[in-house]
Amino acid sequence: MSQQTIITEEEVRHIAKLAKLKLSDDEVKKFQGELSNILNLVGMLEEADTEGVEETSQVTGLTNVFGADEVEVYEPQQEDKLLECSTLPKTDHSIQIPKIM
Amino acid sequence: MNLTTKTLTQLSQSFQAGEITSREITDAFIKNIKAKDGDINAFVTTTFDLAREMADAADSRYKEEKLLGPLDGMPLGIKDNICTNGILTTASSHSLKDFVPPYDGEVWARLKAQGAVILGKLNTDSFTMGASTETSAFGVTKNPHDLTRVSGGSSGGPAAAIAANMVAGAIGTDTGGSIRQPAHFCGCTGLKVSYGRVSRWGTIPMASSLDTIGPMAKTSQDCALILQCIAGQDKKDSTTGHQEVPDYLRHLGENIKGMKIGIPSEYFVDGLDDDTKEAVNSAKAILEDLGAKVIEISLPHSKYGVAAYYIIAPCEISANMSRYDGVRFGTRVGEESYEEILTESREAGFEDEVKRRIMIGTYALSAGYYDAYYRKAQKVRTLICNDFKEAFEQVDIILAPVAPTPAFKIGQNTDDPVKMYLEDVMTIPASLAGITGITTNIATSDDGLPIGVQLLGPAYSEERVLNVGHQIEERIRG
Repeated sequence: MSQQTIITEEEVRHIAKLAKLKLSDDEVKKFQGELSNILNLVGMLEEADTEGVEETSQVTGLTNVFGADEVEVYEPQQEDKLLECSTLPKTDHSIQIPKIM
Repeated sequence: MNLTTKTLTQLSQSFQAGEITSREITDAFIKNIKAKDGDINAFVTTTFDLAREMADAADSRYKEEKLLGPLDGMPLGIKDNICTNGILTTASSHSLKDFVPPYDGEVWARLKAQGAVILGKLNTDSFTMGASTETSAFGVTKNPHDLTRVSGGSSGGPAAAIAANMVAGAIGTDTGGSIRQPAHFCGCTGLKVSYGRVSRWGTIPMASSLDTIGPMAKTSQDCALILQCIAGQDKKDSTTGHQEVPDYLRHLGENIKGMKIGIPSEYFVDGLDDDTKEAVNSAKAILEDLGAKVIEISLPHSKYGVAAYYIIAPCEISANMSRYDGVRFGTRVGEESYEEILTESREAGFEDEVKRRIMIGTYALSAGYYDAYYRKAQKVRTLICNDFKEAFEQVDIILAPVAPTPAFKIGQNTDDPVKMYLEDVMTIPASLAGITGITTNIATSDDGLPIGVQLLGPAYSEERVLNVGHQIEERIRG
């Protein structure tokens, strides 16, 4: 994570694969440069002294907020009403997708 | 009488006094949108028929003496990343260009319950990722003060709509400066609330530990009026705080004599425009005149804000954007296999800036980089939070510039993501700390561009920043 961090085209392809993004060869080139610049920018954090500093993942000061465990009845008619707003293909009160298995 | 130049507060008072109907107010705004929005492009969707219907309903409630509250009959615009039942909600993205939500986001549900009228959905950067609305799938929103310049972002649509008198008030969202910076660029008032003050339920998420929703309008008083309606705990958003919602209007005008205001020396960086610097000095002079004591303070880790943000936000984005798989909603491309639908839909749905952030997040969270990037950024976030904690032990409010310059030219930063990211250098630290802040217009540059300042307060001190903003505005506008 030095100031010279440069991400390779191969790494860009690997990340895109992990993130389920399909990139053209031109896009890989473009993002390789841009992502390298961004990683150089964020690389400045290296100089910040964080010895013994706790991490902050949220700032609410709240812990373990629970809701009541209540059953809500959902009628098929309601599902159809919800599905009305979708432009995707539908079947049997559901949105249709191709076979996965 | 030109109704559209009046403040939300004035319109509300006139309506409640029976001097004018909601339909007259609503029609005046619709006329203005038709005349101006072809040039400005603040709206992604307009809902004029619904607006007239809602206005007529408000007028009936007035006749029956059954008004629902101060926002009854008031025509507003809603940023297009907030779900509105039966109304197209695109987040200005290709992914959601046909998405009509089957429910209302909590903020719009609360406004609707008080009788507010919706004029339409307002433009943003795609999925709110940007500082200029230039990443929107529906084109840039131009600055009403100079059509060759951006309106800012991501809430550029709301800011421009207010500045061009096309809505009486609006709802925006602020993750790293997305309300405060466009308010500065367009010369209106915008309040970034404390994280958790307003429910995020039904708002299309970007970075979940940073996203906030807040009011934008002509004045702090107008913002207080809207905030009163939307603030408060919501069981559906477990990050909303249980803190009581103060009577915001009642705090406006409270004497600020003896109040301590800090100006952070770190915000006066190289490249800070002279007019912008001068605007902070003008605000300082007004506050001193009102009896406040202004001192210099230090927020020593400010310079790391952008870097920490552009690790933390993309990490959260890469997780949040995984829902756009073409399976349950949004754009679906391909039909052969699940894998094909997944990659083709994301290719067709995501703008370049969205892809960039997903990839940075994926990279920073991947094996071998997690500690060096994500964990490190979270530690730096703690240092930035501590800076503010220590500052608020010395002062009540922090006064600072909003951005290094007034509105920049369309296209000026689009080829350089890093330059665009640095636009948020002065707004990001407050977002990382989850505190509240307001932008209010102070001055006009030599080129006729508005310049604002931001007033930051500790978490859950919205009444304080609204009051100080209000007093500055009263002094300037007499």
